[in-house]
Amino acid sequence: MIWDWQYALDSLPVLASGLKITIEATLLGMALALIAGLILALARRASFTLLSWPAAFIVEFIRSTPLLVQIYFLFYVLPSFGVTMSPLATGILALGVHYAAYCSEVYRAGIESIPRGQWEAAVALNLNRFTTTFRVILPQAIPPVVPALGNYLVAMFKDTPLLSAITVLEMLQQAKILGSETFRYIEPLTLVGAAFLIMSLVAAAGIRTLERKLKPYAAS
Amino acid sequence: MGELVPPLLAGLSVTLKLTLGGSLFGIVAALVAGLSRLSRIAPVRWVATSYVEVFRGTSALVQLFWFYFVLPLFGLSLSATVVAILVLGLNAGAYGAEVVRGAILAVSKSQWEAAISLNLSRRSTMWRIILPQAVPAMLPPAGNLLIELLKNTALVSLITITDLTFSAQILRAETLKTTEIFSLVLLMYFAAAMVIAAMMRLLERWLSRTQGRAVT
Amino acid sequence: MQQADKPASSESTIAVRLRDVHKQFGDLQVLRGIDLDVPQAQTVSIIGPSGSGKSTLLRLLMTLDRPTHGRIEIEGESLWTVDQGGKDVPAGDEHVRSVRSKVGMVFQHFNLFPHMSAQANVALAPINVKGLSKAEANERARHYLDLVGLGDKFNAFPAHLSGGQKQRVAIARALAMQPRIMLFDEITSALDPELVGGILAILRDLANQRTMTMLIVTHEMKFAERSSDRVLFFDQGRILEDGPPGQVLGNPREQRTREFLHTVLEA
Repeated sequence: MIWDWQYALDSLPVLASGLKITIEATLLGMALALIAGLILALARRASFTLLSWPAAFIVEFIRSTPLLVQIYFLFYVLPSFGVTMSPLATGILALGVHYAAYCSEVYRAGIESIPRGQWEAAVALNLNRFTTTFRVILPQAIPPVVPALGNYLVAMFKDTPLLSAITVLEMLQQAKILGSETFRYIEPLTLVGAAFLIMSLVAAAGIRTLERKLKPYAAS
Repeated sequence: MGELVPPLLAGLSVTLKLTLGGSLFGIVAALVAGLSRLSRIAPVRWVATSYVEVFRGTSALVQLFWFYFVLPLFGLSLSATVVAILVLGLNAGAYGAEVVRGAILAVSKSQWEAAISLNLSRRSTMWRIILPQAVPAMLPPAGNLLIELLKNTALVSLITITDLTFSAQILRAETLKTTEIFSLVLLMYFAAAMVIAAMMRLLERWLSRTQGRAVT
Repeated sequence: MQQADKPASSESTIAVRLRDVHKQFGDLQVLRGIDLDVPQAQTVSIIGPSGSGKSTLLRLLMTLDRPTHGRIEIEGESLWTVDQGGKDVPAGDEHVRSVRSKVGMVFQHFNLFPHMSAQANVALAPINVKGLSKAEANERARHYLDLVGLGDKFNAFPAHLSGGQKQRVAIARALAMQPRIMLFDEITSALDPELVGGILAILRDLANQRTMTMLIVTHEMKFAERSSDRVLFFDQGRILEDGPPGQVLGNPREQRTREFLHTVLEA
C-alpha cells in the first residue's frame, strides 16, 4: 500500500526528537545571525574603508554562494586549522554566518530609511557616534524591519535539513534513517514536509501579527 | 591546485545545466501560477495558492528528497536529473509566482480602466497592456531568484547528481585538499552568481530601452 | 546697542567669523565669498529669497556641511583647521567636536527623536556629551522645558505634540547644551500661523537676555525689525546688505533688497 498510517504514527517520536534539534539549531543560529548581522551592517556603514569594503564583500560573497557548500567548508576546513566542533555547532555557525549576511542587508535598509534630519539633530547636539547609533538611530531603525528579520528566521528554519549532510540528527536526517531501515520513505518524508509547512504557516501568521503590533512604533 | 580544476569544471557544467533547466521550468511555473492566482475562477486560484504555499512553506531539500523517493512509487521512474530540474523549477516557480503577481498588481489601475474603455478583452488587456508593463518590474527580484536557484542546485549533490558540490565531495575524499577545493568551489559559485547578476542588469537595460521610458 | 560701540575686534569678542567662504554643490554655487564678523551676544536676522544660501550658511556653522573654500572661526578658533607651528593643518575629530560644542541649532522640521519623551530628548545630550548624571540632566531638562512653556509635557512623546510644542522641545533641547552661539533655521516656517507667535516670543526673550549670539534665518520681517540688532540680506550666495534693521528693512540701499521686501510684504 502507498501509505501506512500505523508506520506513520510510529515514526512520530523519532521525528519529534529531530524537530527538537531543528528548533535548537534555528534559534541559536538566528541569535548568531542577528548579532553578527548588526555588526556587519555597522561595519559596512563605517567611514573607514578598510572596514566597510571587506564587510561589503563578505556580505556579497556569502549571499551569492550556496549554504550547503559553506556548511561543508566549515565542517571540513575548520578541523585542519585546529578547530574541532560538533556537527551541530558547526551547523549553527554556518547558519548564523550565512543569515548574518542577509540580516545585515535588512538592518542596512532600516538604518538608511531614517530621515536625514535625525542624523543632523545628533550632529547639532554634538552626540558621539556611539550615542547616535545606539540611542537615536537603531531604536528607530530596528522595529520596522523586525518582520523582515522574522522572514529570515522562517527561511533559516527551512534550511536546517541541510545540516543532515554533516550528520546532524535534525528532522530530515531522522526521516532518512527511518526510511533506510524500513525502506518506506513516503511516510516519514511526508510527515517532515507537513511539519515544515505547518510551522511555516504558523510563523508567517505570527510575523504578520507582529508587523501589525509594531506599526505604531515606526518612525513618524 | 591546477589538477583540481578540470573535475570541478565538469561539475560546474552540470550545475549550470541544472540552473538553466530549472530556470526555464521555473519561469513557466511562475507565470502560470502567478496569473492563476489572479484568476476570477476560484478553483484555479485555490490550486495555484496551494502550490505556492506548499512549495514556499517547505524546505527545498525536503521537497527534493520527497519527489526523489516518492515518485517511483507512483510508477514514475525518472532520472535523478529530471527530478532535480522538476523540483528546483517548482520551488523557484512558487517564489516567482509571487513576484509575477506583485508586479501585475503594481501596474496602475488606470491602465485597466483605459483598456476597458476601449473594450479590449481581459486576455488582450493582460497580454498586450499589463504584462509588458509588469515585466520590467519583475526583473530585479527575478535576478535574485535565479541566483537562489543556482545556489539550490548544490542540494542535488545529496541525491548523488554529480554537480559542482558533488564533484567537490569526491575530490575531497580522493585528495584531502579540503581548503583548496572548497575555496575554489565557493569562488566558482560566486563567479556564476556575478555573471547571472550582470546578465540580468543587461536585460533590464535592454528592456527599458526597447520599451521607451519607464512606465509606472 | 550696535556694534559700532564695541572696541576694535580682538579675537575674543567676535563669536563667528567667516572669511571668503564658498560653498558649492556639484555645479551649483550656493555661497560666493562670504565675509562676516558677528560679535558676541549679537542677534542677527538673515533674510533673503530661497536658494540664496541662508540655510547653507547656518549648516556650515553647525558643521553639517563643509565649505568648499574659505575659513570659519568660532570664538577665535578655526573650525576645520588647527594651527601647527604657524601652518594650518586639517583638524582632527576631537578639535572639530570641541569647537562644535559652542554651537547649537534649531531646525525647520524640528528633528525630534520620536522614540523618546520630551524630557528624554532634552536630557540625552547633556548625559552623553557633557557627562551629567541622569538626575542632573533630568533637572536641567525640566528647567528648559519649563522655560519654553512645556512644564506639563515632560513625559509626552513627539507624536502627541503639536507643531508649536515640538519646536519648543527642539529649542529646549538645543538650549540645554548651553551653547554660546544659537542658530535658528526658519524655525517657524513649518508651523501653522497661529503657533508662530508663541515661538517668536521665546526667541524675543532669548534675544533680550543677551547671553548668546543668535543667528536667525527667518521670513518674519516684523520680528527681524523689532528683536534683532542687525539684519543680513542674502541674494544669490552673497551678503547684499548688512546693517541695523531700521536701515535694511526700512531704507535699503540695494534695488534687489527693495524688490525682495516688496514681494515678501505683499504676501
